[in-house]
Amino acid sequence: MSVVAVVRFPGTLDHESAERAARDAGAEVVEAWHADADLPAGTRAVVLPGGFSYGDHLRPGAIASRSPIMGAVRRHADAGGRVLGICNGFQVLCEAGLLPGVLRPNASLSFVCEQAELEVADETTPWTGGRVRGEVLSIPIKHHDGAWFGDPGTARVVLRYRGANPNGSVDRVAGVANAEGNVMGLMPHPEEACDPLLGSVDGRALFLALVA
Amino acid sequence: MSASAEPLHRQLGLTDPEAERIRELMGRAPTDPELVMFSLMWSEHCSYKHSKPLLSGFPTTGPHVVQGPGENAGAVDVGDGLAVVLKVESHNHPSAVEPFEGAATGVGGIVRDILAMGARPIALLDSLRFGELASRRSRHLFTRAVAGIGHYGNCIGIPTVGGEVGFDDRYEDSCLVNAMCVGTVRHDRILRAAARGEGNLLVLIGNRTGRDGIGGASVLASAELTDADEDKRPSVQVSDPFTERKLIDCCLELADADLLVSLQDLGAAGLTSAASEMAAKGGVGLRIDLDRVPLREPGMAPGEVLVSESQERMLAVVEPGHLQEVVARCTRHELEATAIGEVTGTGSFVALWAGEVVVDIPAEHLTDGFPVYEVPMDPAPAPAPLDLARVPEPDDPAAAWLALLARPAVASKRWVYRQYDHLVGANTVRRPGGDAAVVRIPGTTKAIAVSLDGAERHCEVDPHAGGMAVVAEAALNVACTGARPIAATDCLNFGNPEKGSTGWRLAEVIRGMSDALRALEVPVVSGNVSLYNESPGRVIYPTPIVGMVGVIEDAAASVGHAFGAEGDVVLIAGHAEPRLDGSEHLGRAEGRPPAPDPAAVGALVDLLVVAAAEGLLVSAHDVGAGGVAVALAESAMAGGVGAQVALHGGRRPDEALFGEAVGRVLCSCRPDAADALQALASAHGVPVTRVGTVGGDAVEVAVDGRMVHVPLDAASAAYEGAIPEALS
Amino acid sequence: MTRVVVTVMPKHGVLDPQGQAVHGALAHLGFTGVGDVRVGRRIEIDLDAADPAAEATRMCEDLLANQLIEDFTVEVDG
Repeated sequence: MSVVAVVRFPGTLDHESAERAARDAGAEVVEAWHADADLPAGTRAVVLPGGFSYGDHLRPGAIASRSPIMGAVRRHADAGGRVLGICNGFQVLCEAGLLPGVLRPNASLSFVCEQAELEVADETTPWTGGRVRGEVLSIPIKHHDGAWFGDPGTARVVLRYRGANPNGSVDRVAGVANAEGNVMGLMPHPEEACDPLLGSVDGRALFLALVA
Repeated sequence: MSASAEPLHRQLGLTDPEAERIRELMGRAPTDPELVMFSLMWSEHCSYKHSKPLLSGFPTTGPHVVQGPGENAGAVDVGDGLAVVLKVESHNHPSAVEPFEGAATGVGGIVRDILAMGARPIALLDSLRFGELASRRSRHLFTRAVAGIGHYGNCIGIPTVGGEVGFDDRYEDSCLVNAMCVGTVRHDRILRAAARGEGNLLVLIGNRTGRDGIGGASVLASAELTDADEDKRPSVQVSDPFTERKLIDCCLELADADLLVSLQDLGAAGLTSAASEMAAKGGVGLRIDLDRVPLREPGMAPGEVLVSESQERMLAVVEPGHLQEVVARCTRHELEATAIGEVTGTGSFVALWAGEVVVDIPAEHLTDGFPVYEVPMDPAPAPAPLDLARVPEPDDPAAAWLALLARPAVASKRWVYRQYDHLVGANTVRRPGGDAAVVRIPGTTKAIAVSLDGAERHCEVDPHAGGMAVVAEAALNVACTGARPIAATDCLNFGNPEKGSTGWRLAEVIRGMSDALRALEVPVVSGNVSLYNESPGRVIYPTPIVGMVGVIEDAAASVGHAFGAEGDVVLIAGHAEPRLDGSEHLGRAEGRPPAPDPAAVGALVDLLVVAAAEGLLVSAHDVGAGGVAVALAESAMAGGVGAQVALHGGRRPDEALFGEAVGRVLCSCRPDAADALQALASAHGVPVTRVGTVGGDAVEVAVDGRMVHVPLDAASAAYEGAIPEALS
Repeated sequence: MTRVVVTVMPKHGVLDPQGQAVHGALAHLGFTGVGDVRVGRRIEIDLDAADPAAEATRMCEDLLANQLIEDFTVEVDG
């Protein structure tokens, strides 16, 4: 079974739902603690779940990105291992320089929690489960600092908001991958879209990519 | 600062007889810190000295009750060895001073009440009241309170799944911010506040202690620190949700590892209240070394340390052999944990400062020694029914319908709940915007439905009927989702009970609530009283807020309020004659709204629960403010499909459309389920009337030979646009 | 136009969660000898006013600072 490490910082909130989603996708889930210098033995893929690590103080993700575990996440990514950053996890990956760009406060300057429709913009990464360009995923967003700012010409944009841009991100970007495609970050919360009881199951593709 | 001529006890708000009683109980003159502790513990906020006798009317027992009132929160059994823990609490006065921090710390406090039971918080709700949005001050209070609630709830990762907001000039000077939290805990893991075991250690966990919230005790501060600068005496508590999240994670871990003997949160009156309650409940004494309390700033006086309301702190009783393990686990969560004292056999609360005893009070004197007051019972005159002839009939009922949908009290609260993370945890089955939120109980296939409601206009004109109405509405909101109501928590927000008819209204509201709760067999397991919500010019409406929790055995069987498919049958279940008296359409507390029939409401609740379990319902929506017209429009907008119905009842078309009467539910079902639903209803003794059909892109009502037609897009524009427009 | 610099800081004695978090992070990164850390904000305003300092002070009182929990200072550049 594929071992997926779910990283926990002080203030991480969505680890339990991310763990459930990864387990339902077939993963064996282990916790990786922020203060540890290494990922658990046998880690095949890493999830940085959502939350407010360190209370979002200074800049969202800034303090967490400097914690010991991030050295290990970087080595894992450099070796080609898959890393998925969700919301605060995406902010951490950008602050760590593992993904391009930065997440700025929403244009409304308010937290926004609602269902969002996302378009697949790049079908060639493992993260969208073979959906073709233009296909639509329904996954909720919930964030205060989700406006991706960067160069969409050079970044590998995987997901874009469809319709009204909920946070003012450049070029409606909702999620980006690194050039190699093994590191993915997105503001929407796929772990909230894996259970038919909660509405959509469109988030499963991202967790299946961890064990593929 | 010059010393006042007024004796200290009066400056602290104690009456002369109360000061005398303290002297008698103590057998000596109290020290200044002792007097400050008494003044806080004997305040209405901590003691309920004016409301306690009235509260005894509530039903508090029942087969499901695991913990009734008296602990940090109440608890009810939901099967599988699990209990649901619930409580609502007010933070009205701090929110009026600084709405962002006041509302945020209100959320923090209620979450720690749930945590103190060893329970994992799974849902938050908020009930808010402000002046009209035309007032700049009210817009400020509203937007900042919502921001504060969002900031705190979002950052601690507990979904804010529901609540309600009302606007009325009566709240212009005294806004209301009530927060409710629900948690879950295994029965064998429930923690209680009672301190036990002589020699066990008192461990303070969380934030350092500063001068936060030392307002009531500012006299002491000025008496003891004469060179103090007012700048150094902030009384506004600043919230720190990041630390709260760490406290939640850490305390649940400590409870799971069985390292805690008891647990208590530090709220009003800080260490004084927390420690004296732990001692009194356990029938033990406590000795605290105030020098060991970690302080945020130098120069604090012992009295300040004792009453500081610094947030995000918990007090635990720990066996000495477990201290090292507790401290190590707290450190791993980047939290401070310090042994500040121990449990003794004396029954007294003893505090030392620089090696000297500065406080030595039998704990029960603090918690139970206060005098109980009877409030005056001056009945208000019985209201006359509304003289309909003096209420102009709208020329254009469709325009009146749209105007009602655009009333801030009725309109969509999306602007509010969009700012709240209502999903975190991946258990939110039914999101805000419906009758009640539905949240899966983690790790099970069951769910709870939870709502938080008030009915203040009704309580103003007819407090007994209004008390029944607020309970009935809450029960129906929960039952509309298919959940059986099992427990309630309440927050009683009133003006000064010693003035006018407020005391009588309080008693009547409690009597009405109790009558309905008994009929519905729902116990009150926790609650809070907030009095003195008034200014010289304005007394708030009597505003009891009821939080109701129900259980759905199969989370997948829950029902929403949205219409489904074209051709579905629309029905009204329950019989109650709608009236414009006190209605949202009338827009004022005038007339005599129909009193609910609790037995009929009980039968309707049963019907809804069984019908949902049998899969007969597509939608169910309580008919509340704005009457059938508003309920119909809401179900249609939520489903994105219209409906055509014919209405009877009421004395005029506007009363049929907009009249209100608690005890009606607007349902829809598939055509092939309608007969079964009607048969089930008659078996439950509930009248059900087929009123129309789902379909089209408008809501249309035939009433008294007239057709009233509102296109869905116009309804949505009015309903969704109202609050953002009022704020822009 | 005069450049006015407003500095808003948490009041002494008021809990500063940001400062606390940054303090902890600096310690984790191995910085020693760190005493108190407090986080505030700096606001630069280009202002055309007869008495820029007085005008900026009024702005602080009306909007820029919440005087229940924050102090401010106003400096007029050169």
